Amino acid sequence: MTAAIETQSGIAGQQARAGMPAHHAAIFIGLLAAGLVAPFLLYPVFVMKVLCFALFACAFNLLLGYGGLLSFGHAAYFGGAAYVSAHAAKVWGFPPELAILSGVVASAILGTVFGALAIRRQGIYFAMVTLAFAQMVFFFSLQAPFTGGEDGIQAVPRGNLFGVLSLRSDFSLYFVVLAIFLGGLLLIYRIIHSPFGQVLKAIRENEPRAISLGYRTNRYKLAVFVLSATLAGLAGATKAIVFQLASLTDVHWSMSGEVVLMTLIGGMGTVFGPIVGAAVIVTMQNYLATMGAWVTVIQGCIFVICVLLFREGVVGVLARWLKKPL
Amino acid sequence: MQDGVILAAEDLTKEFKGFYAVEGVSLNVRKGQIHALIGPNGAGKTTCFNLLTKFLSPTRGRITYKGQDITAMSPADIARLGLVRSFQISAVFPHLTALENVRIALQRQRGDSFDFWRSQKVLSQFDDRARELLADVGLAQFETTLAGDLPYGRKRALEIATTLALDPEMLLLDEPMAGMGHEDVDRIAALIKRISADRTILMVEHNLSVVASLSDTITVLARGKVLAEGDYATVSKDPRVVEAYIGAGHG
Ligand SMILES: Nc1ncnc2c1ncn2[C@@H]1O[C@H](COP(=O)(O)OP(=O)(O)OP(=O)(O)O)[C@@H](O)[C@H]1O
Ligand SMILES: [Mg+2]
Repeated sequence: MTAAIETQSGIAGQQARAGMPAHHAAIFIGLLAAGLVAPFLLYPVFVMKVLCFALFACAFNLLLGYGGLLSFGHAAYFGGAAYVSAHAAKVWGFPPELAILSGVVASAILGTVFGALAIRRQGIYFAMVTLAFAQMVFFFSLQAPFTGGEDGIQAVPRGNLFGVLSLRSDFSLYFVVLAIFLGGLLLIYRIIHSPFGQVLKAIRENEPRAISLGYRTNRYKLAVFVLSATLAGLAGATKAIVFQLASLTDVHWSMSGEVVLMTLIGGMGTVFGPIVGAAVIVTMQNYLATMGAWVTVIQGCIFVICVLLFREGVVGVLARWLKKPL
Repeated sequence: MQDGVILAAEDLTKEFKGFYAVEGVSLNVRKGQIHALIGPNGAGKTTCFNLLTKFLSPTRGRITYKGQDITAMSPADIARLGLVRSFQISAVFPHLTALENVRIALQRQRGDSFDFWRSQKVLSQFDDRARELLADVGLAQFETTLAGDLPYGRKRALEIATTLALDPEMLLLDEPMAGMGHEDVDRIAALIKRISADRTILMVEHNLSVVASLSDTITVLARGKVLAEGDYATVSKDPRVVEAYIGAGHG
């Protein structure tokens, strides 16, 4: 599925010597520009929701598209971080930056423990183990005293950023979320285009060969698992501050499924695909909300059409047309 | 350690659910030699390679490399000792370019590459060496071609370049010339001869004229057991070897 994406990676490799290839730099500038005007044209909370899920999907894609590992339990890190940051902000009175940081640290720890156990398994068994761990987190969230059971943690205070800038207005919060999203995306971009990312691609392509070259591949897989879980945590923690809510939805298995859907629709193994996928799914959920259960059916249909017609996802197909990795 | 022996296996055995793919194989590879492992299809040659490099765990037996017992080591750690293998089925990284393939091996000189925060620009320091290695196997003009798009023979050549990029003391090559045209076979044979000057090579190969011209010692395997060992003249005259090959449908 990643064939088309890497087709021009030789050229990309050459351009990389001079920094980011021009078309990637252009996309980043475009995203920044779009991000800056979006809250004037659209409802800021809606755009923030898109940004949080886009970051979540990009984090997931780092693991699936570049590490070749399919996790069915990424809600554990997204939702786990949401609970921790909501608790930190509400009960411990942490300012938003520290509340988010707490969530990120929690997901990093969770990712390290679960990842270390899961990477011992391959393929579908790996996916099943990650799902099992995520279900454990779900039942913990349902039962634990501080998670609020069915209600979740509500009315989380947004607080003042660094103790000074009030985030009560959606508008000021928006630019913080935009900065977090772009920062996270740049970090993921760098990870993909680092010496580490290069080894990761080799392992994805042919693990036995990577081993025969002396790479202890399990350590690389664990590293990318932890990075992915941590960034998913960043997305979840930010989401908790935006919506002032952490709930069972965030740790539910359907959340794990949704992020797979976003990544596949946008194009797994492309840098920017998951952003498109997240935008499509969140938009659908928002505008078709009145249709209730039909949203799920429509989502399912889109998924089936995607898989049948363009397996590379929207951006994957685009990359093939343009003959440029996106 | 026996004199001059770099890799030794004693009583190497691998059982797959009651079927012995390799049974009681003892093998001594001498430093600096080209040692060929031959035998009919299904004789257990690849399984032997998998055992020697620990891609499979032996049911029984002991492996020593340079006097060190490596029977319990992980395959990656064995590669780090300088004992590097290739695969029978072409093993390239298909969505990376030929240059990037070789660079993955060269990158090992940096130790572990966990530095996810650094730009891959740092890898361009290996580009010149990678180009040299590609030129050595006749792939100079394919530098930017995706490995997956290369014809089969070229893929095999790329694998050899990648293996050589590690500058290993000992190479295990599993049918390095399978699927290659005449011209490529000659070039790779010359390359193997050249690199063997300061390396030890254990090689599985079906092309018997290549085996005859290159190898110092030949071990013949049949049905998981060692049938004969010696130089080409000795081995090719051995009636059991002739029978095993004819019995398996080889000429
Ligand atoms: N993982 C496995 N499970 C069960 N049987 C196996 C396994 N791997 C190999 N075998 C069997 O062991 C025997 C030896 O296989 P091996 O691949 O080592 O032969 P080979 O000498 O390399 O043959 P070829 O010349 O065809 O490459 C074969 O009969 C094969 O079917
Ligand atoms: Mg074989």
